This record gives sequence, C-alpha cells and structure tokens, in this order.
Amino acid sequence: MSQIELKNVSVTFEQKRTTINAVKDVSLSIEKGEIFGIVGLSGAGKSTLVRTINGLQQPTTGEVTVSGVEINKANKSQLAQARKKIGFIFQNFNLINNRTIAQNIGFALTAGGYPEKQQPEKIDQLLALVGLQDRKANYPAQLSGGQKQRVGIARALANDPDILLCDEATSALDLETAEEIITILKDINERLHITIVFITHQLEVAKNLFDRVAVMENGELVEQTTAYKLFADPQSDMAKRLVNRFLDDELPDEVRFKLRKSNGRFLSLKYHGDDSLDPVITEIAGTAGVDISILQGRIEFIQSNAIGTLGIFITGEPQAINQAVRLFHEKVDGVEEDEQ
Amino acid sequence: MSETITILQENLGQALWETFEMVVISGIIGVVLGTLLGLVLYYYSNPLFSPRAAVNNVVGFIINAVRSFPFLILMIVLIPFAKLVAGDPYTPMGGAVSLSVAAVPFFARIAESSFAEIDQGVIEAARSTGAGFFLIFSDVLFPEALPSLIRGIVLTIISLIGYSAMVGTIGAGGIGNLAIQFGYNRYETGVLISVIVILVIIVQIIQWIGDRLAVHYTRG
Repeated sequence: MSQIELKNVSVTFEQKRTTINAVKDVSLSIEKGEIFGIVGLSGAGKSTLVRTINGLQQPTTGEVTVSGVEINKANKSQLAQARKKIGFIFQNFNLINNRTIAQNIGFALTAGGYPEKQQPEKIDQLLALVGLQDRKANYPAQLSGGQKQRVGIARALANDPDILLCDEATSALDLETAEEIITILKDINERLHITIVFITHQLEVAKNLFDRVAVMENGELVEQTTAYKLFADPQSDMAKRLVNRFLDDELPDEVRFKLRKSNGRFLSLKYHGDDSLDPVITEIAGTAGVDISILQGRIEFIQSNAIGTLGIFITGEPQAINQAVRLFHEKVDGVEEDEQ
Repeated sequence: MSETITILQENLGQALWETFEMVVISGIIGVVLGTLLGLVLYYYSNPLFSPRAAVNNVVGFIINAVRSFPFLILMIVLIPFAKLVAGDPYTPMGGAVSLSVAAVPFFARIAESSFAEIDQGVIEAARSTGAGFFLIFSDVLFPEALPSLIRGIVLTIISLIGYSAMVGTIGAGGIGNLAIQFGYNRYETGVLISVIVILVIIVQIIQWIGDRLAVHYTRG
C-alpha cells in the first residue's frame, strides 16, 4: 500500500446560491520517499486537495488514507496524532508574529508532546538544519521571506514527520530564494527520506524537484506522469499549455506577422536526450534543397535529462519544403507545425 | 474658593477610591468573562474550529440584547439584582454589579473581533501541527490578539469611568457623584471643574499606558 492514497476524492463547497466543486473524483497514490508535484493554475483545486491529506479539509466523498490511517474517518485524537507526522509549509509562512522563532518551533514541539526540557536542544538542531541558528531570539517580522520560510520548514519538521505538504511554498519568494528553499527540501528528502507533496503553479519548480507530477484543471486530475515526461511529452491540454508557456516556444506576434508575408513554413522541433539537432538540420537542408533559418532555441535539463526546443523557418520551392517537413517528421521526436 | 478646597479635601480621596473600586471590579469581570464569551463566539464561527451557527446565534443574541439597553435603564433594571449580589445596591459594590453586566457583553464583542482579526493562515498552521484548542489559545490566539485586546481594555476602562458617574448619581458614590452632589446641586463650580480636570488627566494616562503596552506586545 502506498503511503498516501486518495480514492475518488471530491470536495464540494455548498454556498447559499451556488455549489462549488473544488475537487472532482481525484484518485492518486504517493509512494514513501518520493517528491510528488501537483501543478495547475490557481483555482484548480490543488490547495483543497492537499488539505484533505492532513484533514484540514474533509472530502465530501471518497477516501483518504495516510500511512494506513483513514483520515476521512479519523476521530479528533487520531487526526491530531496523524497531523504530528505530517508537516505543512505554507505560501505565506504563517508564523506566529508575536512569538520568537524559537517559540514558534517550540509550539509545534509542544503540540507533538515533546518534553519541554529537551526542546531548546531540538530547536537548535532544527534551526541548524535550515541554517538559521543565530535567529532564535528574533521575531518573524525581523526576517526576510526566505528566512521565514526556512523557519516554516523547521517548524514542519519539528515532530519528525513522514510527510511534508508544501502549499505554494516558493510562490511568495523571488526566484533565487525559491531555489534555496527547493535545495533545502531536496536535501531533506534525500537525507531524512521524507515524502514531499508539493503544490505549485510555477512549472520551473517542477523541473528540479519533482519525481512524479499530477496536473490539475478545474478540480480534476487531467494527467499523472513523471517530471521528465511532463516536459518532454505532455498529454493533456492543460499540461501542454503549462509546458509550452514554460518552454516558451510560441513566437512573438511581431515575428509571426513577418513570417506570414514570406513564403515558407514554420516548424517547432522538440528533441529529447542529448541528440544534437545540427547535423539533422544541415542534412535535411542539403537533401531537400531548402534554406533553414533558426528563429529560437532552448535547452532545459529536467531530472538531468535534456529537452530541447527549436523554432525553424524553411524557405524554398514548395515541393522542396514539403519534402523537408516530411524528413523532419521522420527524424525528430516532436514536430509541430505552425498554421500561421 | 476656600470652600471648594475644603469640599475636595474632605471628599475627593473617598470619591476617587470608590470610582477606582467600581471600575476595577467591573473591568476585571468584564474582561475575563467578556474574553470567554468572545472566545465562544470565535470558536463556534471559525471553520477551522467548530462552526456551529446555533450556538453562535444564541450567544450573539443575548449579547446584543444586553447591549441594547441604554446604560441608565440597565442600571435601574438591575437594582434588585445588585441588591441580591452586593447586599446594598447604593454602594460602590452595588454599582460595580450593573457596570459588570454592561462591561461583559461590551468586551465580548471587542474580544471576538480581536480574535477574528488573526490571520486565518496562522490558525491553519497551528491546527496542522495537531495542537489542541487550549494550546492554540495560549500560544497563538492570545499573543496574536494581545495588542488588540489591550486597546479594547483601555476602551472598556474609559467607558466604565464614564458610566461610573451615572451609577454615582443613584447613590453608589465615586467621583461622578462628587461632581453632581457638590458641583451641580450646590453650585460649586470649582468642584465641578476640578473633577473634570482630574478625569481628563486619568483618561490621558490610561490611554498612554495602553498604547505603550499595545506597541510593546506587537513584536518585530
């Protein structure tokens, strides 16, 4: 049995006039020790879904099982017990503003039944883990966003959890700070073997962090795949939208307009692994007798595998162009034609 | 002038003490019970705790009902009750009874809004550690609401000083009574002015202390 199992989970909010189906019939399994991402636009139901894992949100229908405990049927004390082993990190850090950093972590320790006398030592250990030993006596307002999130991580780890839920944990931070937080999380996952469930609308987070990823749209799970496959070969419309926006292989409108006036065809090539495209391009240009200009190109490494995108424009005799396009279809993993 | 001084010398100390007694007793009762009621309102309305509209509506209705009484009328209606509790309703103790009854619902609303102002995310974070309500109260709700509660206490005390003058007129004593008895009924304008000046100073001092404390407990 997987560590986290969601079976046909739906969450419906009844309001006076409307019913909101925040999560619709989602089933997924998350294995111990993996970093599982849930991506989607805001309002897709990601936050609601992740809150069913620690019972902050009860599903309207369906089952949630975490480490063998049925969260949706647990009573108050079982739920409190389960929550001690599920750390939670928030987008806005959610620290107690009028308590020091040490007191913030001490709160979680007390909640978990950790003996008062041994708390200072444990607090030191936790803060060392996130590199903030010297900020114990500070209040949250004296810390930067990245530092606050590190405290959030230390607090979430207080009771030696098996699972860490992260709700847009890097979305309120600048890119560099977000990278730092991600490095810390990856390190925690590797050293302590804690399962991480990470929700985000930022796809760039996914490429470095996730093992597997689920894509949500309008409350539904539309795709579940590995991080590499999500970028290399997205299946659902939502995944394609997210990935294309990230890889940015859309041409700017100005360029598109210019190309429309000239005779030729635009192709978007996508290649996986380490194959270099250059010989293919020169080869096809030679065989078909066309001119190929390269408009844009980019290589991303996802889970240490390369994914490249290349936008090219082919000009020449109509017959020759057709032949070139055919050859590209044969030799390149992913070819998309732009209708212009 | 000399008569003004004589009256003040003979009565001011006693009157100040009586006002102090009334305000402190009703203030403490108001803040303690009001905080509890405010907590009940908050607990039963916050979706992260135990939302129960029925409890909330009933408690809310009672609070609103008591608060709808103009204080003058509440005071008169409560004379039999004050007699029961304090023996003699026409003493500072008797006065403290009706002041307390007014202070509790007043402070309950203040406490409720102080708790409700706390960022829901912080409560969510606390809930997700598995902490129970009492730990969340002492370590999250209380420190986070404290500056706002202090401001509410200042507001309550100053209102109570004002109301205490009203109970003074029906015989509970205090500084308000001094002003009415001598300053108004016996045309001792000097006494009236002295009392007003003293009240202005007291209110300023209380507000100043309250502001300092509220700032002190807002950390960072």
